[in-house]
Amino acid sequence: MATTSAPARPARSGFLLDLYRSALGKKYLMAVSGIVGLGYVFAHMLGNLKLYQSAEDFNAYAAFLRRLLYPILPESGTLNLLRLVLIAALVVHVVSAYQLTVMNRRARPERYKGPRDYVVADFAARTMRWTGVIVLLFIGYHLADLTLGWVNPAPSGSTPYEKVIASFSSLPIAAFYLVANTALGLHLYHGVWSLFQSMGWNNRRFNHLRRSFATGFTLVVVGGNLSFPIAVQLGIIS
Amino acid sequence: MNLTLRVWRQAGPTAPGRFETYEAKGVSEDSSFLEMLDTVNEGLIGAGHEPIEFMHDCREGICGTCALMINGQAHGPAERTTTCQLHMRTFSDGDEIIVEPWRAAGFPIVKDLVVDRSAFDRIIESGGYVSVATGSAQDANLIPIAKDSADIAMDAAACIGCGACVAACPNGAGQLFTAAKLMHLNSLPQGQPERYERTVAMVEVMEEHFGSCTNYGECEAACPKGISVDFIAAMNRDYRKALSRNRRSA
Ligand code: HEM
Ligand code: SF4
Ligand code: FES
Repeated sequence: MATTSAPARPARSGFLLDLYRSALGKKYLMAVSGIVGLGYVFAHMLGNLKLYQSAEDFNAYAAFLRRLLYPILPESGTLNLLRLVLIAALVVHVVSAYQLTVMNRRARPERYKGPRDYVVADFAARTMRWTGVIVLLFIGYHLADLTLGWVNPAPSGSTPYEKVIASFSSLPIAAFYLVANTALGLHLYHGVWSLFQSMGWNNRRFNHLRRSFATGFTLVVVGGNLSFPIAVQLGIIS
Repeated sequence: MNLTLRVWRQAGPTAPGRFETYEAKGVSEDSSFLEMLDTVNEGLIGAGHEPIEFMHDCREGICGTCALMINGQAHGPAERTTTCQLHMRTFSDGDEIIVEPWRAAGFPIVKDLVVDRSAFDRIIESGGYVSVATGSAQDANLIPIAKDSADIAMDAAACIGCGACVAACPNGAGQLFTAAKLMHLNSLPQGQPERYERTVAMVEVMEEHFGSCTNYGECEAACPKGISVDFIAAMNRDYRKALSRNRRSA
């Protein structure tokens, strides 16, 4: 027997679009795209640890990324797919952040006239919009430096390892990497905690672990990232 | 004790406002903040001035009417305390105290320290009810309720709708209030039939009036009833479920 039960609400335009329409949903999409980003920064940091092994290992790793799932997909195919996913996630993340920020400015048009300070919100939470922008600028520079090679000091045709060393040997560039990754660290310190709330991953038995997880994750990723320019500057890798 | 008050005075919703300075002399440490303002107002009335308008009703911390930003903190410096339950012994002789209304687009100023919080009523109207069979009263224990659920619902129901959460939030977000009202009903068996419609309806109305949550936690710190941000996470979860269910699979 065919039963047609009317849906409680008329089906609208698909789960993701419905989500995107509301602020709560945008926050959810920010969290999901943030998680994609977290997976990326974690894997990226782990892969780059090969810098400490040898130039050959590092270059082989870079070549291996281009041949992921080869020959099922053409050379660089998987890598480009992953890049597309990351770019899509970044666009969703940044556009939502922008739209929610506009919404929040409108919701609090007048500031308090008397002095007022935050009670519990920490520095990382209050600077999410700034650290986000710094990370965005950094991503642009980083791609132009090491992926596309446009602004890399090494001659064209250099191996990935040579490009990294050339870049990090310059003190201003190394300093910029340190600043940007510190900003990333602040962003993750709040973001990794915040995403549990946005995703609705809430369980009184595990809630106390969310803060520790955010701190631990941030320390591992940012600690690793910061170590690379420092190691090159100190001559530990060259 | 003697205090200097800097109080926000504003003649009407669109009138420009400013701080006025008042000296409060001989204030008893045992008086409440509102009693202190009453005394100041008696002085103002005696001198032929307009008294300071502020909101109050029960004065025993249960109705949620009183609402003042005191020295930059919603309901003042004492934890888990409404303005009416804030005692002057929290301050010291000679203090300067700055008093402002809640400030948020969703809470327009009516006069002086009085704001219009009917946006909260709009949220409640949109989903703060359960379907019941009318007729003679049911037996009280007809619907068994797990102790856990009852406890959670009670914690959420403690919200008195004062708006300190919105006032304290840098984003002017109404998440803590809405989540409390929502999870009060969503945690109980009686609230299940409308659970997901309620969630969508209340969230939509909330977003018409208030900002978006960035998980600062300022609301929880300001809340006189200690409503937990755990409820916000639960609301987010129910909202996501609400959008993904009830779709035709064919
Ligand atoms: C490597 C890149 C990035 C990662 C891994 C990342 C990760 C995250 C995570 C996990 C969250 C928490 C999400 C939530 O609770 O819903 C978040 C929030 C946020 N992100 Fe990012 N993000 C990145 C880049 C950016 C960029 C480029 C911007 C903006 C230009 C940005 C702006 C924001 C803002 C404004 C928030 C909201 C903060 C809040 O609600 O408290 N992020 N990010
Ligand atoms: S959640 Fe707390 S601060 Fe917000 S309205 Fe309810 S009682 Fe007031
Ligand atoms: S006047 Fe009722 S809670 Fe303060």
